[in-house]
Amino acid sequence: MVAPLIDFQHVTFKYHAQAEATLHDISFQIYPGEKVLIAGASGSGKTTLLRLLNGLIPQAYAGDITGKLELNGKNIIDQTLFDLSLQAGTVLQDSDAQFVGLTVAEDVAFALENDHQPVDKIKSKVAKWASRFGLGERLDLAPQMLSGGQKQRTAMAGVLVDDGKLLLFDEPLASLDPAAGNVAMTMINRLQVERDLTVVIIEHRIEEVLRADVDRIIVMADGKIVANDTPTTIIQSGILPENGLDEPLFVQLLRKANVDVATLANVADVNSVDVQAYKQVIEDLKTPVIKQVKKNKKLVIKDLVFNYDDKHPIFNGLSTAIYQGEILGIVGKNGSGKTTLSHLLTGFLTPESGDILLDGQSLLSQSIKERADNIGYVLQNPNHMITKSTVYDEVASGLVLREVDAQEIETRTRKVLKLVDLDSMRHWPISALSFGQKKRLTIAAVLVLDPQVLILDEPTAGQDATHTSELLNFLKEINKTANTTIIIITHDMHLLANFVSRALVIVDGTLLADTTPSELLANATLVEAASLRTTSIYQLASRLNIDQPEMLNAAIVHHSTTI
Amino acid sequence: MNNLFGYKQRDTWLNRATGTAKLIGFLTLTTIGMISYDTRFLIVLSLLSVLLMKTAKIQYQEYALMLKFVLFFAIINLVMITILAPQYGVRLYGTNHVLFGSGYWTITEEQLFYEFNLLIKYFFSLPLAIILLFTTNPSEFAAGLNKIGVPYKIAYAFAITLRYIPDVQSDYRTISLAQQARGYEISKKASILARSRGAVQIIMPLVFTSLNRIDTISQAMELRRFGREKQRSWYQEQVFSRLDILIIVGSIIVGFLGITLLFVNNGRLYNPFK
Repeated sequence: MVAPLIDFQHVTFKYHAQAEATLHDISFQIYPGEKVLIAGASGSGKTTLLRLLNGLIPQAYAGDITGKLELNGKNIIDQTLFDLSLQAGTVLQDSDAQFVGLTVAEDVAFALENDHQPVDKIKSKVAKWASRFGLGERLDLAPQMLSGGQKQRTAMAGVLVDDGKLLLFDEPLASLDPAAGNVAMTMINRLQVERDLTVVIIEHRIEEVLRADVDRIIVMADGKIVANDTPTTIIQSGILPENGLDEPLFVQLLRKANVDVATLANVADVNSVDVQAYKQVIEDLKTPVIKQVKKNKKLVIKDLVFNYDDKHPIFNGLSTAIYQGEILGIVGKNGSGKTTLSHLLTGFLTPESGDILLDGQSLLSQSIKERADNIGYVLQNPNHMITKSTVYDEVASGLVLREVDAQEIETRTRKVLKLVDLDSMRHWPISALSFGQKKRLTIAAVLVLDPQVLILDEPTAGQDATHTSELLNFLKEINKTANTTIIIITHDMHLLANFVSRALVIVDGTLLADTTPSELLANATLVEAASLRTTSIYQLASRLNIDQPEMLNAAIVHHSTTI
Repeated sequence: MNNLFGYKQRDTWLNRATGTAKLIGFLTLTTIGMISYDTRFLIVLSLLSVLLMKTAKIQYQEYALMLKFVLFFAIINLVMITILAPQYGVRLYGTNHVLFGSGYWTITEEQLFYEFNLLIKYFFSLPLAIILLFTTNPSEFAAGLNKIGVPYKIAYAFAITLRYIPDVQSDYRTISLAQQARGYEISKKASILARSRGAVQIIMPLVFTSLNRIDTISQAMELRRFGREKQRSWYQEQVFSRLDILIIVGSIIVGFLGITLLFVNNGRLYNPFK
């Protein structure tokens, strides 16, 4: 019997700053060489669990711990953060903020520098690990010059220089586009095999993580472990949707086809799940892709030319139209012009030539403030937008500045607050809100100005399945009731597949495709160009030789919207 | 590379020298230059530092802003001295050679000579500072600070500030635009009062995002054992070569010359009026 690497027995933990315990009676073991996924909705306690493993609790976050916590047979609580870091390397969620060096080389070297190792030894280790992660050519680059994936690989190299045997990942997919996320998962997989590592991944994107062949999934909800088993058993039991997590898309499709998932062998792996017998029922699900039916052009973009500098042209004559009342998704790899386009629409940037028309009127002569009356823009990070201390004041501030009379401010603010389900919290200090609530608050603060067009930059970033579906229901509601045109910039495959009615693929400043999400996600060439990834439905279809997989995607779309 | 302070790879001997040697050289020369009021010595020092800057191949455009900034302060400084202490030169040199004016506003040769000395101090120290900042990799500079006795936590604070300044700048831009969209006018169209009110609206979100960032950074640093040992090594640290020893020896010789002059002149002043 091999001794467990991590052994938790009846662990309960309460932060000093909180009244209730965050973790209740947690017991589990992780054995050497395992790859374990800890999944759970936000607030389930998975981040707290990670902090207990790497020593941030109790050393950075104070609290009361009971129970037995052991790493390598030694009590975790008795060891310093520094001792623990030699045994368990942590890769944090925000690959940008955790980049502490001025260059790639210095960031990889950071832990060794702190150990006061001789410089020549550090240099040879850095060279070795950087080349293993494909960063050999980039040693002298600053973080601003790197892509998200490269930053994350730097973080991984910076942790692995310690030669530790346990790697902890806090939401490794959060700041990556789907293509880079796929590369990251493959890399984690390869490392684990080559170096005989034990890997613990905290994530809620089940479809993506399952591609990395995890051995076990621990599902958390409300501070408790609700399931701890192989991926196959977990999916067969159907416990994921009950706890605010999305099942892989192909599993959703199988359920939709009334396949008895609970008895299906290898159901966690799209490449080996035994589905040959169900080809017909799956094929019967095919739903025609609904094409755009909206007719009134709301926003027209005409021959738009824009460059940040002469060397790197972004848009060289971009033309398209956005229709009244549609829900449009803009996708494309990072740095290809998606955010630039939204900044041009909102007036944050001015084009060199071309025109932008709203209802036939040119917007170019209007200021940012004037455009904001018609085009609302919600940034990715709510902390960039919030300026007031209470919920009500935050939403009212846009109206106050526009000198709307007090009575009307009150009515309009309350109405929007009710819509985003924050009215009962209107006197709360904003610091008491969760990330998802803050996000809804920033949307409300923009919506109160009654914009005809709403632009949202990565609205689902940092939110789990439950919060995402709440947010989407609410957006759908305003789209339906106020006929608001909604533009979403996103990498989120689920959002794209389930919510958007039309997708623009922008790569290197050119409009590569104007299509439906179902067709986009079934087109391997486009998916690659947009740094997306084909979904598991696509793989399932190709295994079963079902043509037109976009019609299976469409089946799922209808499935989800009826929730 | 982070070029906030104008560091660039240039193929000169000053670039190749270690940060520690340059820092010691800089501190030695500026200290003696600040102590000494021997005009001859200061002029030689200025010529030396301008010559050094020539060999460092730093273009005028790169430091033009810094030069104008320092010149502006130098002039303000000199004007203020003339206004507040017009007779300081007389007291200092013990003689009184009136050029023009009368009463409080008597301008003497001594006063002008004294202020000339101050001006040269700017002229020799600015090129030295420019050389140090422009030819030293920021991380190596931090390593240099640590080598000469500054605790590494403080030295590293310098490097980490440079690392995150671009991020804070980009946060600032984003927040500013977002607040304008909300309706805070901070463009030139609005009155100064409205603009300053708008600017205040940027500060709160900027502070909160920065605090979040600092939280993550300090965790990331602790998780990689920053602060565990009494000393740390520096990836960018360079091995001392003969060049570095020459720089240190050279600056000590110049420093020694300055100290000798203190004895020859019987004090800090060189007095041509006696």
